[in-house]
Amino acid sequence: MIHLHGVHKTYAGAQPLHVLKGIDLDIAEGELVSIMGASGSGKSTLLNILGILDDYDEGEYRLAGTLIKGLSETRAAEYRNRMIGFIFQSFNLIGFKTAVENVELPLFYQGVSRRKRHQMAMEELEKMGLTDWATHYPNEMSGGQRQRVAIARALVTRPQIILADEPTGALDSKTGVDVMELLKRLNREEKITMIIVTHDPNVASQTNRIIRIKDGVIEG
Amino acid sequence: MIDLDSFHELLETLLRNKTRSFLTGFGVFWGVFMLVALMGGGAGMKELLNNNFEGFATNSAMIWEQPTTKPYHGFRKGRYWNLTTSDVERLHQQVPQLDVISPMASKWGVQAVHDDHKFNGNVKGLLPEYAKVEAPKLYYGRFINDMDIAQQRKVCVIGKKVYKTLFPKGGDPCGQFIRLDSVYYSVVGVDYGGGNMNINGSAEESISIPLSLMQRAFNMGENIEMIAITAMRGVAISDITPRIREVIARPHDIDPTDEKAVMVFNTEVLFGLLDSLFEGVDLLIWLVGIGTLLAGAIGVSNIMMVTVKERTTEIGIRRAIGATPRVILVQIISESILLTTVAGMSGILFAVLILQMLELGFTEDGIVQSHFQVSFWTAIGAAALLAALGILAGLAPAGRAMAIKPVDAMREE
Ligand SMILES: Nc1ncnc2c1ncn2[C@@H]1O[C@H](COP(=O)(O)OP(=O)(O)OP(=O)(O)O)[C@@H](O)[C@H]1O
Ligand SMILES: [Mg+2]
Repeated sequence: MIHLHGVHKTYAGAQPLHVLKGIDLDIAEGELVSIMGASGSGKSTLLNILGILDDYDEGEYRLAGTLIKGLSETRAAEYRNRMIGFIFQSFNLIGFKTAVENVELPLFYQGVSRRKRHQMAMEELEKMGLTDWATHYPNEMSGGQRQRVAIARALVTRPQIILADEPTGALDSKTGVDVMELLKRLNREEKITMIIVTHDPNVASQTNRIIRIKDGVIEG
Repeated sequence: MIDLDSFHELLETLLRNKTRSFLTGFGVFWGVFMLVALMGGGAGMKELLNNNFEGFATNSAMIWEQPTTKPYHGFRKGRYWNLTTSDVERLHQQVPQLDVISPMASKWGVQAVHDDHKFNGNVKGLLPEYAKVEAPKLYYGRFINDMDIAQQRKVCVIGKKVYKTLFPKGGDPCGQFIRLDSVYYSVVGVDYGGGNMNINGSAEESISIPLSLMQRAFNMGENIEMIAITAMRGVAISDITPRIREVIARPHDIDPTDEKAVMVFNTEVLFGLLDSLFEGVDLLIWLVGIGTLLAGAIGVSNIMMVTVKERTTEIGIRRAIGATPRVILVQIISESILLTTVAGMSGILFAVLILQMLELGFTEDGIVQSHFQVSFWTAIGAAALLAALGILAGLAPAGRAMAIKPVDAMREE
C-alpha cells in the first residue's frame, strides 16, 4: 500500500533543517501502525508527506502503486480527496459549519449531489453515534465528539488510508481510549489502512506495529 | 463555473460570517450610493437651476432705461429719461438683425380682486410676441393674441400665485372677471411658467394685459419700461449690442457709449456662465463618485486580504480534504463579486429611493419640477462597473488564498 524508499526532507530557511534523512518504510494494506519518536523528530513531517500535504526532496514514495512525486496541486488535492482521510490533534473542523456540513465538505469537493452527500454524512455520523449532534456547531461539542465528527469526515469518502496525527492528544484518557477503540474497529471491520502518530505508549501498544523515528531515520 | 450548489456554499459562508461580510460590503455600498446619488442629485439641481431660466430664448436680451452716467449734448449726467414706443419702431427699422422686439410696461403693487379674494401683484403690459422671448406654460386657456390688441379687449393672463389666491377653489377661471383698480378684465389664460428670472417681477405674481390697454388704463402715455428682444438665427446679441444702444441713445440725446443709461442685459452671457458652471459640477461629481467607489473597492480588497489571512486555517482544511487551488480561487473571487454586487445593488436601491423622495418633494400639482432620478441604463452601467470592480477587488486576496498550503494551515493554530 505504502512504499517509501530513501525519502529526505529538508526545511529551507536561514538555517536549513534536514528533518528526514532517508526513510525506508513499507506498510501493507489493512495494517494498523503507530509512529513514535521524540518531539521534533519529524513524525508530523513524515505524515504530511504520506498525506501528500507536503513535498519531499529525495527518494521515492508510492501510494497504492502510484509514484507520488512533484504532483501538481490539483492532482494532489484529488488524491487526498479520494484516497486519504485525515484526523488531526486539533480536529480542524470548520467553525461556522455544523457537524453534518463539516462531514459533507469532502463530498462537496467530489461533486456529489447535495441530497446524496447529506445522506452519506448522516450515515457516517450515525456510526459515530452523533445523529443527535448533526446540526450542532463544533464549539457546542466536547473534544471527544469533535474528534468523532472529524473521523466521520475522514471516513465519508471511503478512503484507503487514514492518517491520524496525535488523534488522542487533546483528549482526556477516557475519551482517548474510546477514540482508539473506534479507530481499531474501523481498521478491523472496514479494512482501512491506518497510520497513527502518537506520544502515548498505551495508544502505540494497541497497534499492530510501532515505527520509531530518531535522528531522521527509522530505528530498528 | 459556478453551479447552484457552489452558490449555496458561497452564500452560507457569507451569511454565517455576517459581521465580516457586512464590513466588507459597506465600503462598496457607500461608494455606489454616493456615485448614484450625486449623479441624480447633480442632474436634478441642474434642472432646478435651469428652471429659473425656463422658457427664455437663449439668444435674447432685455433693454431698460436707467439715469445717464455720461454728460452729452450739453446735458449733465444723472438725467432721467424714458423708453417709448417710438424706440421700438426705430429698432425695427434700423436693426434688421433683430427678430422679436417686444415692448413691455409694468406696474407694481396693483390690487387684483375676484369676489372677496384679493391679491397684490404686478401688472404687465405685453404684446403677443413676448411669448417668443419668455414662453408661457399655459395651464388653462391661451396667451394674449393679436385680436386682443386690435380690438382693445380687456383681457388678462394671470400667473400661478395670482390664480391660486383669487380662485382658491381651482377649476378653469377663463371667462371670469377680475378687477384691477376700477377696470374689469376677463381672464383668458393661466400661466404656470415658473421662471424666476424676474423680468419685471416673477411670472407667478403677474397679471399680463395688452400693452396699449395698460398704457391707457394707468396713464402712461407712450412710455414703456423695457424692450425684450431676440436676435435672428446665427446673430450673437453681443455683436449687435453697440448698434442697438446707438439707435436708442441718439434720439434721447444720450451718449451712445453710455452702457448704464441704455442697459442691454444679454441672457447669452448668463447661459454661457451657467453651462460652464454645470460642466465643472459634473466633473466634480464624477471625480468624487468614482473616487468613493474606488476607495470602496480597495476597501473590499483590503478587508478580504485580512480575511484570507484570518481564514488560513479554514482554507487549509478545505485544501487538505480535497479543494483544488482553482476551487479556492473561484470561491474567493465569487465571494468578492457576490459581496460587491449585493452591496452595490443595495447602494443603487437606496440612492434611487432617496432620489425618488427628492423628486416627490419637488413635485407640485402633479408636475415634476425637476428630475432627480437616474435613468435605468445609468443604473445598469453602475451595476456592470460593480461586477468588474468585484473581480478586480477579489484578485489579490484570491491569489493569496491560492498560495495557502494545507500544511500552513495545520501549523497555524
Ligand atoms: N514548515 C516548516 N518549516 C521549517 N521547519 C519546520 C517546518 N515544519 C516543521 N519544522 C521543523 O522540523 C522539525 C520536525 O517537525 P515535526 O513537526 O515533524 O516534528 P514532530 O515529530 O511532529 O514533533 P511533535 O511531536 O512535537 O509534534 C522540527 O524541528 C520543526 O521545528
Ligand atoms: Mg507533530
